[in-house]
Amino acid sequence: MNEKLKRITHYRLFLPLICLALVLLVNMIKTPTFFHLSIKNGVLYGYTVDVVNRASELVILAVGMTLVVASSAGTDISVGAVMAVAGAVCCYILSGGAVSVNEYHAPWILGLLAALVAGTVCGAWNGFLVSRMKIQPMVATLILFTAGRGIAQLITKGQITYIRVESFKLLGANIPGIPLPTPIFIAIIVVLITSIVLKKTALGLYIEAVGINPTASRNVGIKSKQIIFFTYTFCGLLAGIAGMIATSRIYSADANNIGLNMELDAILAVALGGNSLGGGKFSISGSVIGAYTIQALTTTLYAMGVSADQIPVYKAIVVVIIVTLQSEEFNRYMRKFSARFAARKAEVAK
Amino acid sequence: MKKALAIALVALVALSGVFAGGAQESAAPAASDNLIVVGYAQVGAESDWRTANTQSFKSTFTEANGYRLIFDDAQQKQENQIKAIRSFIQQDVDYIVVAPVVETGWETVLKEAKDAGIPVILSDRMMDVSDPSLYTCWVGGNFIKEGEDAGKWLIDYLKKQGRSNEKINIVTLQGTIGASAQIGRTEGFGNIVKTQPNWNMLAMQTGEFTQAKGQEVMESFLKSYPDIDVVVAENDNMAFGAIDAIKAAGKTCGPNGDIIIISFDAVAAAFDSMIAGDMNVSVECNPLHGPRVAEIIQKLEKGETVDKIQYVVEEVFDTSMDLPAVKATRLY
Repeated sequence: MNEKLKRITHYRLFLPLICLALVLLVNMIKTPTFFHLSIKNGVLYGYTVDVVNRASELVILAVGMTLVVASSAGTDISVGAVMAVAGAVCCYILSGGAVSVNEYHAPWILGLLAALVAGTVCGAWNGFLVSRMKIQPMVATLILFTAGRGIAQLITKGQITYIRVESFKLLGANIPGIPLPTPIFIAIIVVLITSIVLKKTALGLYIEAVGINPTASRNVGIKSKQIIFFTYTFCGLLAGIAGMIATSRIYSADANNIGLNMELDAILAVALGGNSLGGGKFSISGSVIGAYTIQALTTTLYAMGVSADQIPVYKAIVVVIIVTLQSEEFNRYMRKFSARFAARKAEVAK
Repeated sequence: MKKALAIALVALVALSGVFAGGAQESAAPAASDNLIVVGYAQVGAESDWRTANTQSFKSTFTEANGYRLIFDDAQQKQENQIKAIRSFIQQDVDYIVVAPVVETGWETVLKEAKDAGIPVILSDRMMDVSDPSLYTCWVGGNFIKEGEDAGKWLIDYLKKQGRSNEKINIVTLQGTIGASAQIGRTEGFGNIVKTQPNWNMLAMQTGEFTQAKGQEVMESFLKSYPDIDVVVAENDNMAFGAIDAIKAAGKTCGPNGDIIIISFDAVAAAFDSMIAGDMNVSVECNPLHGPRVAEIIQKLEKGETVDKIQYVVEEVFDTSMDLPAVKATRLY
């Protein structure tokens, strides 16, 4: 029994899952309607659907961020701005430069591809600076963090560009006949493809090796620079995908607000997932759970009717608790404490 | 090699800054003719609203009207505005108009203007200075009145519908917490809610002035409160998001729908939304400060005193009006 318990608690995703469960448990007590699901207009409708739907962009960003953190022991703080760039590029192409259009000026697929290419190029730029120029990741990505929204503004000429075409909204809403919002499926596909590639090839192992010790990895024949370059480029591509979803949700390119502060949430998701920000070993599923936890927390606070000015305080408290629960030092202390407690109990029993 | 690249990078970033802002307009020297020279230190061009504000100044202070306008775009940076004000002082302009980027840090430069004997008029945003005599007056929108106007509109609307004694459930999508528009509009609408015992404010939550957040928060409201009668969105973008969320939940909104949508700003897209029958009303936030500032300058020229705080006229637009005709006359 004890052995089994130990195995469960030592399972890597045990703590992240417990944290998510804790957030959901609060809902079960405070807002019982939270888990209520119904069908409206042929789609599933409920808080839980909202959580999974709204977390999609964050999940996608968290996947890319996990790999960046693992390979380079640094974070990509430009992902939010890259989302805005991707959205701006897409809307610029589809609108042909007009502020608001009611029909496409170019095929939709072209806009989508251009957005993904824009994201990838931004990612490659970050990767080039980090892997070849050896600039610290935060400094390297700071360039696009500041310049990205400026570039997006430049593309959209500082205006919010609207694409008022029904089919443009499908990526961020529901495809008729399918009961769940599209972003959920995109997030699942991204997570699945990434996990399969990392598991089936040696890429995951290479990334961990480079993250633990780039010099040693190079000495055994892994091309460290290329691995780091790849993770940043991939992170950029995923930011492009997330940007497309965010753009489609509001059928417009809002250069100032798309993906605003998302980079911080993505880093937090990686940390909540039990990943070390020092690079090396990583768990994609941990980060994904972390991302859903963050969105569950936001939606919970909305559902509980916490007033807007207090929300950051509650979020901070929960994050402090979760991060403390996962810290090595805290766990060592707890183990010591429980051992002492057990010893005393044994003494009393004697 | 690395160093050279680093230098090249820095140069690139610096250059991109220059391009992002566009070339600054060259400052014309103060005229010796009879024109009144006005220097305007504008925040930047971050929104339609701001562009309309700039346009209003440019079309009011023309040579034909007896003015010469020296316009400076600060690209959202206070140091640029301070620099612009100093250059206005050096050029010995007759009046300085500032739309301050931030509220604090203006004492020194305003003192310089005062010593030079140049009156300073503030547009849009306030400055936080210990000595209010440092500026002549402030011109801008009255956010509290906008909120009250929205509340009064709702009273009238409900009366027309014969729902005056019904219980009315309201939710509010607030702007970014702490922004002056959020504080004023929340307070103004709240003042009216207090006078109506049958109005029930169910919840207030911030949508951060964005369409995406407005939609997300509205989704949550719709689940928590099944019988919402009125949505108050503190800007148009959040109202667009709320309308999408309401439609996705299978409900209807607008003049012929279940839920009344009240919004603020009255940008062009809000007119489209009202014409389409999604939004009921939008309370204007008027960016056209130019004529009012010109009026003040004319008074000062005659040696009259002016009020310290001056509001621009702001209207309420709802679906009972001939909206396409109104929209055609609007500049933003």
